[in-house]
Amino acid sequence: MASKAVYSQRDPMLKKRDDFEDILEERRNSSDLRYALRCYAPVVYKGLCPSKAGTLKSMVLQSDQLHYVIHQVCRETGRAVDDVQEEVSSILEEMAHRLQLSTVRFFAFTLSKVFKTLFRSICVNEEGIQRLQQAIQEHPVVLLPSHRSYMDFLLMSYLLYTYDLALPVIAAGMDFMGMKFVGEMLRMSGAFFIRRSFGGDKLYWAVFSEYVKTMLKNGFAPVEFFLEGTRSRTSKSLTPKLGLLNIVMDPFFKGEVFDVSLVPVSISYERILEESLYARELLGVPKPKESTSGLIKARKVLSEDYGSIHVYFGQPVSVRSLAEGRVNRCQFNLIPRHIPKKPSEDIHSFVNDSAYRLVRAQEENMVLKPWVLLASLLLQNQVSGQKRGIALDELTEQAVWLRDLSRQYGAFLHWPEHTPPSEVVSSSLSLHRGLVRISEGRVQLALGQSYAVTPEEELLSQAVIILSCASYRNQALHVFLRPALLASAIHTASSNKKRRTDTVFNSFSFLRNMFSNEFILCPGATVQDFEEACYLLVKTGALQVTQQDVLVTERGHRTLVFLTSMLDPFLQGYQVVCRFLCEEATEALTEKQFIPAVRKFIIKHLLAGRLRYTEVLSSDLQKNSLAALLRLGAVRKIKGYCLGSFQNISTLSVFFCLGGKLPTQKAVIARL
Amino acid sequence: MLYISTKYQIIRKDFPFYLGKTAHGGLWVQIKNLPGHLPKESPSHVFLQEIMKWNGWGYSDSRFLFNKKGQAEFTGKRYIIIGMIIPGLKDWFECTFGASLQHKTPATPLLNSSAVQPPTLNEAFVEELKSTGIPFSQDAEDRVFRAHGHCLHEIFALREGKFGRVPDMVVWPNCHNDVVKIVELASKHNVCLIPYGGGTSVSSALECPPEETRSIVSLDTSQMNRILWVDEKNLTAHVEAGIVGQDLERLLNESGYCTGHEPDSMEFSSLGGWVATRASGMKKNIYGNIEDLVVHIKMVTPQGVIEKSCQGPRMSTGPDIHHFIMGSEGTLGVVTEVTMKIRPMPEYQKYGSVVFPNFEQGVACLREVARQRCAPASIRLMDNEQFKFGHALKPQVSSIFTSFLDGLKKFYITKFKGFDPNRLCVATLLFEGDREKVLQHEKQVYDIAAKFGGLAAGEDNGQRGYMLTFVIAYLRDLGMDYYVIGESFETSVPWDRVLDICRNVKARIVRECKERGVQFPPLSTCRVTQTYDAGACVYFYFAFNYRGLSDPVHVYEQVEHAAREEILANGGSLSHHHGVGKLRKEWMRETVSNVGMGMLKSVKDYVDPNNIFGNRNLL
Repeated sequence: MASKAVYSQRDPMLKKRDDFEDILEERRNSSDLRYALRCYAPVVYKGLCPSKAGTLKSMVLQSDQLHYVIHQVCRETGRAVDDVQEEVSSILEEMAHRLQLSTVRFFAFTLSKVFKTLFRSICVNEEGIQRLQQAIQEHPVVLLPSHRSYMDFLLMSYLLYTYDLALPVIAAGMDFMGMKFVGEMLRMSGAFFIRRSFGGDKLYWAVFSEYVKTMLKNGFAPVEFFLEGTRSRTSKSLTPKLGLLNIVMDPFFKGEVFDVSLVPVSISYERILEESLYARELLGVPKPKESTSGLIKARKVLSEDYGSIHVYFGQPVSVRSLAEGRVNRCQFNLIPRHIPKKPSEDIHSFVNDSAYRLVRAQEENMVLKPWVLLASLLLQNQVSGQKRGIALDELTEQAVWLRDLSRQYGAFLHWPEHTPPSEVVSSSLSLHRGLVRISEGRVQLALGQSYAVTPEEELLSQAVIILSCASYRNQALHVFLRPALLASAIHTASSNKKRRTDTVFNSFSFLRNMFSNEFILCPGATVQDFEEACYLLVKTGALQVTQQDVLVTERGHRTLVFLTSMLDPFLQGYQVVCRFLCEEATEALTEKQFIPAVRKFIIKHLLAGRLRYTEVLSSDLQKNSLAALLRLGAVRKIKGYCLGSFQNISTLSVFFCLGGKLPTQKAVIARL
Repeated sequence: MLYISTKYQIIRKDFPFYLGKTAHGGLWVQIKNLPGHLPKESPSHVFLQEIMKWNGWGYSDSRFLFNKKGQAEFTGKRYIIIGMIIPGLKDWFECTFGASLQHKTPATPLLNSSAVQPPTLNEAFVEELKSTGIPFSQDAEDRVFRAHGHCLHEIFALREGKFGRVPDMVVWPNCHNDVVKIVELASKHNVCLIPYGGGTSVSSALECPPEETRSIVSLDTSQMNRILWVDEKNLTAHVEAGIVGQDLERLLNESGYCTGHEPDSMEFSSLGGWVATRASGMKKNIYGNIEDLVVHIKMVTPQGVIEKSCQGPRMSTGPDIHHFIMGSEGTLGVVTEVTMKIRPMPEYQKYGSVVFPNFEQGVACLREVARQRCAPASIRLMDNEQFKFGHALKPQVSSIFTSFLDGLKKFYITKFKGFDPNRLCVATLLFEGDREKVLQHEKQVYDIAAKFGGLAAGEDNGQRGYMLTFVIAYLRDLGMDYYVIGESFETSVPWDRVLDICRNVKARIVRECKERGVQFPPLSTCRVTQTYDAGACVYFYFAFNYRGLSDPVHVYEQVEHAAREEILANGGSLSHHHGVGKLRKEWMRETVSNVGMGMLKSVKDYVDPNNIFGNRNLL
């Protein structure tokens, strides 16, 4: 039933989405205190065994799973059982949440105040809330919000409190715990803390997974975590992490629950609080360690206007329906279920596919503001070398064109219906006045206002603006991604008007493969993606596709140019990384050394004018391209942490392929 | 019609229903006097057939109905509950299923012989059979009667007067040698034989394969129903395989013995059928399942007779050939004679029941009882829905005092002890043995139960719990009069999976019904009916109101299929004792692996290369 909801429909224009309600409106008209103190009686899971946080811990400690692992560890290390048990208790102590209604009420009160100052509105699809309420009663629920800001999880709990829904327990990174007091406050509002890396620690993993499973199975509370693992600094969805998803699906595989509902939640910010913070981080200014005093210093953000937030609670996805025909649950019949086992191949690929589909579901319901389109246009304009910017009315014309295009591609665009486009544009620009400059009726990015001394410093300060802007453009990337890959494939395939379909498909497939660390591209869905891209471009009259040929129409030219430009910075970025590996990294490089070295290389090229895209400085892109090259075998890891750039031939082939000169692989005939 | 039998009847098939063999009353059934008008030498096959329904469960005169006042009652003279009013059933029935007494779906009352396909006869076979003097019949009624078991789709079709492929003739061997002759003739003339015992199969095992083109002969073993000898020194009895459960027990009881094998179908099912399906009895905790009870089996196959040379209690002589026979489901031959263990009748029998606050606690208690290996003769745990069902079947109480007492009990459990009436569940118990030990045993079990929050809830509740087993099949017929269809199915599962499988299968049934357009929530309930060292047997009951569905049987089958998939995905077995038949055949390969399948096939290929025993069960 719900499984179909994860797939996007063939024609994205037909996608049905719910309407939004602004929850701040009521907050502005009634007492926050009364709101914080009101009666809170959420519906609960029908199979709930009522238990306190204390019993939860003892349930975990007494579980067969943990017993097994404890004894295993004792056998392997020769430690005493008591000793290991003590460690388990302390891990659990460090991890466990202490959800308290009073703390939640405190947050409800303060956050009401904060939100009202920061945001114009917080819009929620109430139908989604109703669906969630239904789901919570029927099966254990897992909430999967997108992650763009620290705000996300407080916001989630705030919303659930507002709608009288069960408060979630939230998997949070340990770094929060470093913040004195706040860490404890978060703990009391439902956060539980996990270490960032514990790969080899069997015991930690056992405690952690058992803790999550126990909460889930008993319907204690909805479990919330971020599929992307961390906040996306670029506003692009990150490729999903599988650990927690594996854990929450496991009780279903093993028959311990009838089903689990996964609820993707898309949180879109009109203006991200951490906007320039992220840009700096991507440029190599290290992320400030979370500290309470830092948070207080961040107070100045309170005085600014951050527009609105849209939160879309997606269709609950039933793990059971997802797994139907994909996972043979009998595989757990012959070994006691409490003995930890590495997930089998089919389960691993199932979890992976599901994770991608869920992130896609998040993406699809992200609300896009007009500014996102403007940012895309302004960035393209900036790169094209127009020093004086773009005329306001021309920008408006382009924005309207792009609005229509993106809607045809199924974007969830919130463009005010009854306002003249010029007003929409100017109000968007004014909300982001830190990023744009308008003078003499022309608009351009607010570069070059810095008082930098060296050209390098100036470049970096410009890069902050550009990366901030790019993060808004990135919000729309998922809408254009597939057509853009096709457009680039056509572009690289040859310069003739007519291209052979299979050649185009091969290029498409190559690019898609290349970028699968960069964007959310479901594994194994090359043909579907190609078909979708063709469908959209044909539908909008930009392309004619037959079994043999792909033909770009006259009117399609503009679309294709726009789409190729959308992907171009990434293409260029990957090429630069390749070139770096070929030219500079003749000796093995550690992963730590890689980013600074490649950054230096890029700065050099930017300053020399050999590279057009400042955003290539993003460490995110650099990391992704390295990961892609590793995956494709162009680069190999040697001796643990070292990197060797060799196999130059293949690196070069990647490079040239991106440059459009070597677009051949084994032919796969696309099914059109 | 040919029913000449020269055999001397030592067993009266007209003997009314019998259960409970203790001095002080036993179950809710009682032994009645013989109806004197029936001729003693009446051939039993004809007789049984005439006193049984052709399109429903059990005896023709025994059925549930709603009287003019809308109260449920039970007709006939055979069961103790006759004439009693069951006031709660109507409400329960209407509430549970959303059914209404206004909406009836009566069965076709009479068997229309002309709707039955004319028999395909193998003339040469018939001729030679005639010369042996073994009785046979080509009568439509006789053939239809042996063309089905009691699966829902089979009964549903009969009620609508629809018949598929039925046997072309019925033959009644009188003894082992008759069977040898029949099998020889069948092999010689390439005739398909389908052994028929009590006809209580619920696995489509008796259905004639529609693709079978040969003449199909139903081999009815009902005339082979004698106890040939009883060996009191070794405590064994040598019995013909056609004997029906209740007759076997009654006859042994007359000389102070019993087998203790009491499957729920024991009123009608036969010894040969038990062996062929690997049956299990309610009291297996004391007496064992059929595989524990048999000492020697004689079976006639197309390759000849298979049997052992001695009756040693255990042998190390390669794989036990009995295990090729047990569970062969009529695909290899006909079981003709069985030597079974017997036991002296127990001196004392006592029912009991325990109420638990919830099903989880109940299962934990059963698990502990199994761990301590102190299970009573029978221990069964019903879930909440079934507890309510059992409650609805409570007959009208005769005195104000009893009803006051009932009210008090209810108050004590729900208010004083804080049991939630929508969660509590009940275990029924049956103890057997000598009086002192029974009482001691009882205390031990109740003490364990107390540790899991269980409260002793009296003998009556226990007894009524066991009653449910025997009337449930009659109740299905009642439901079918009012748009309600249903069935039960079973599995066995390791202890740690019991709760999960119960929850998931019940939920799957509800979900599947909803998705397939069933208008009303189904009854989806279960009970744990047997405990073992390493697991338990779980029974599911599933029924729904099919108003508004165009093909209810198909929907039913889809849901049952999904439920079975769910069972397998949750670590349950394909069957604990019902067998595979044709209904569950599709899962055999994954159940026993490719090699396992190959082993079974090669046995079949050797024993019956021409597929004379062509019911196509199992493989």
